[in-house]
Amino acid sequence: MTRLSAAFNKPHPALVTFITAGDGNTAANLDALVAGGADVIELGMPFTDPMADGPAIQEANIRSLNAGTTTSDIFAIAAAFRSRHPDTPLVLMGYANPMTIRGGDWFASECNKAGVDGVICVDIPPEEDPELGPWLRSAGIDLIRLATPTTDEARMPTVLNGASGFLYYVSVAGITGLQQAAQTSIDEAVARLKAHTDLPVAVGFGVRTPEQAANIARVADGVVVGSAIVELVAEHGMNAAGPVREYVASLKAAIQSARS
Amino acid sequence: MTKAELTPNSFRNQPDERGHFGQFGGRYVAETLMPLVLDLEREYRAAKQDPAFKAQFDDLLEHYVGRPSPLYYAERLTEEVRKDAPAGKGAQIWFKRDELNHTGAHKINNCIGQILLAMRMGKTRIIAETGAGQHGVATATVCARFGLPCFIYMGAKDIDRQQPNVFRMRLLGAEVIPVTSGAGTLKDAMNEGLRDWVANVHDTFYIIGTAAGPHPYPELVRDFQSVIGTEARAQMLSRINRLPDLLVAAIGGGSNAIGLFHPFLDDKDVAMLGIEAAGHGLEKEHAASLAGGRPGILHGNKTYLLQDEDGQIAEAHSISAGLDYPGIGPEHSWLKEIGRVRYDNVTDVEALAAFQLLCRTEGIIPALEPAHAIAAVEREAKKMDRDQIILANLCGRGDKDIFTVAEALGTKI
Ligand SMILES: Cc1ncc(COP(=O)(O)O)c(C=O)c1O
Repeated sequence: MTRLSAAFNKPHPALVTFITAGDGNTAANLDALVAGGADVIELGMPFTDPMADGPAIQEANIRSLNAGTTTSDIFAIAAAFRSRHPDTPLVLMGYANPMTIRGGDWFASECNKAGVDGVICVDIPPEEDPELGPWLRSAGIDLIRLATPTTDEARMPTVLNGASGFLYYVSVAGITGLQQAAQTSIDEAVARLKAHTDLPVAVGFGVRTPEQAANIARVADGVVVGSAIVELVAEHGMNAAGPVREYVASLKAAIQSARS
Repeated sequence: MTKAELTPNSFRNQPDERGHFGQFGGRYVAETLMPLVLDLEREYRAAKQDPAFKAQFDDLLEHYVGRPSPLYYAERLTEEVRKDAPAGKGAQIWFKRDELNHTGAHKINNCIGQILLAMRMGKTRIIAETGAGQHGVATATVCARFGLPCFIYMGAKDIDRQQPNVFRMRLLGAEVIPVTSGAGTLKDAMNEGLRDWVANVHDTFYIIGTAAGPHPYPELVRDFQSVIGTEARAQMLSRINRLPDLLVAAIGGGSNAIGLFHPFLDDKDVAMLGIEAAGHGLEKEHAASLAGGRPGILHGNKTYLLQDEDGQIAEAHSISAGLDYPGIGPEHSWLKEIGRVRYDNVTDVEALAAFQLLCRTEGIIPALEPAHAIAAVEREAKKMDRDQIILANLCGRGDKDIFTVAEALGTKI
């Protein structure tokens, strides 16, 4: 069993948390996510042009790049995380150009060396899979695909072909951190996706409150929270670990109680 | 591999069915946009087969835009360039005068095509990005003409340097939304346009202003702009019964250039030269992605980009807002790689000199974008024989640039 499948095999739905690499004290914040109870960690790779992100994550990208974060720094952060936390799955999330600039083979091999479990690439749809997918699959790294409110039934097989780890349902047509989807639309979408796949389905975009997280946890296999954590890092700078741990713990408690 | 194997039978049948021009192009977009991009492709294929679509496009180009645009022999400029050319040198300089189009640039050709597509798809809200403001003005114009609400994303820096166009867009009823992220130029405006689009896919059509972005945009923008080259080719043949020896066009994203070049690509005796903006110089800040960049993925396509070794995108610089972009349309990347088109570049200083030269010799105030092409024309003409012909795309007029030029020349207006 991979670290990712183990994380989705716990008695409660998985809490998936996102922060941007190189923003604030990343190592301390990652430890805080684990201490707060995160089951899966998404580590954002900063990019100059984060087209799918709202203001909170855009600014985190800028802070990180202004602090001089490089791709090799990100892999060093991942490798150090892996040695401190042998069991918590780590997924890199970001944009195509930084992931492919040295070749998909290079990227997959660095992921492997750093103990990265999965990759989410925002702007490589299944149609452009050859850019990265084959390399990740042969390195045993999960390629996590996204489904959205615009992904119709006919397209599901295309999205799922070559996907592994989990399926990320982007619950709003839009950018990160802004609106939140109506719970009924999430319920319907998760049921629809589950009819197509045995992969765990995690739901994200716009999730901020423990109550929202609990509602999603009633139907989905995982809840993804990003911008709300990134905003805490923005607010508390190098001292964000405490507030991040407390906030994540509140989400965790809500998720654990959701199905009891 | 031999040269013959590398050279396709025709240079005019790109892209392939996946939207790739060789290794370039493609559809690198978020999943939310992918179904829409596939829809757009289907709808574009259907429109291309539909005689009514073509008839409406042609009719609007003739009676609203004012096509065909003239083909003009620039006699005084030719003489001026010959003055310091070696004996027997100094090619004849001709212009395709797309600066005379309604709204003052080639951009309107594409906007007419795309708004017809938008309406065919039942979209009711139009967005666009703009750099120089010419594409924004052209988009605002077609939106006014067809009564659709129009939202234009424009970098804050570009809003400052293109005030007349900002005012024009507002007069035309568009909302101009300033973009302050990044350097506040065209790249940032495009990011913001894409963000709007993902959030409004159900009713919104994104009119992309250059031959770039996810497939099918590079193809459809090229096709709509190809009216430039198709007319020019026929005009050359009917006026002087021969084709030009060299085509020259400025490149931001590359739409006016591909529009001129594409209909000539299989005319093997016609050479082509695309001119990127070298800004302060290639060793300093510039916007020449072919000369100073490498292949990468941005804004939906794979193409040459200015970037660092980690794939972070660099800020471009050009005195011309319309060329101030760190990428280039994917078909140009392909044409460079297979060697069919040559690419060179021109600095801010050279473009300013050419701008003034054209004003004085021909009584034409060009936009700063084609001023880059004109600087290259001067350079090339001096190396070519007097009976040879250069045809350059005069793709925009300079009214929008007079404040920028005045400032660069140290004049207050
Ligand atoms: C007059 C003019 N020429 C050229 C350009 C550059 O675009 P493209 O390379 O797509 O023709 C612009 C862009 O705003 C423009 O306004």
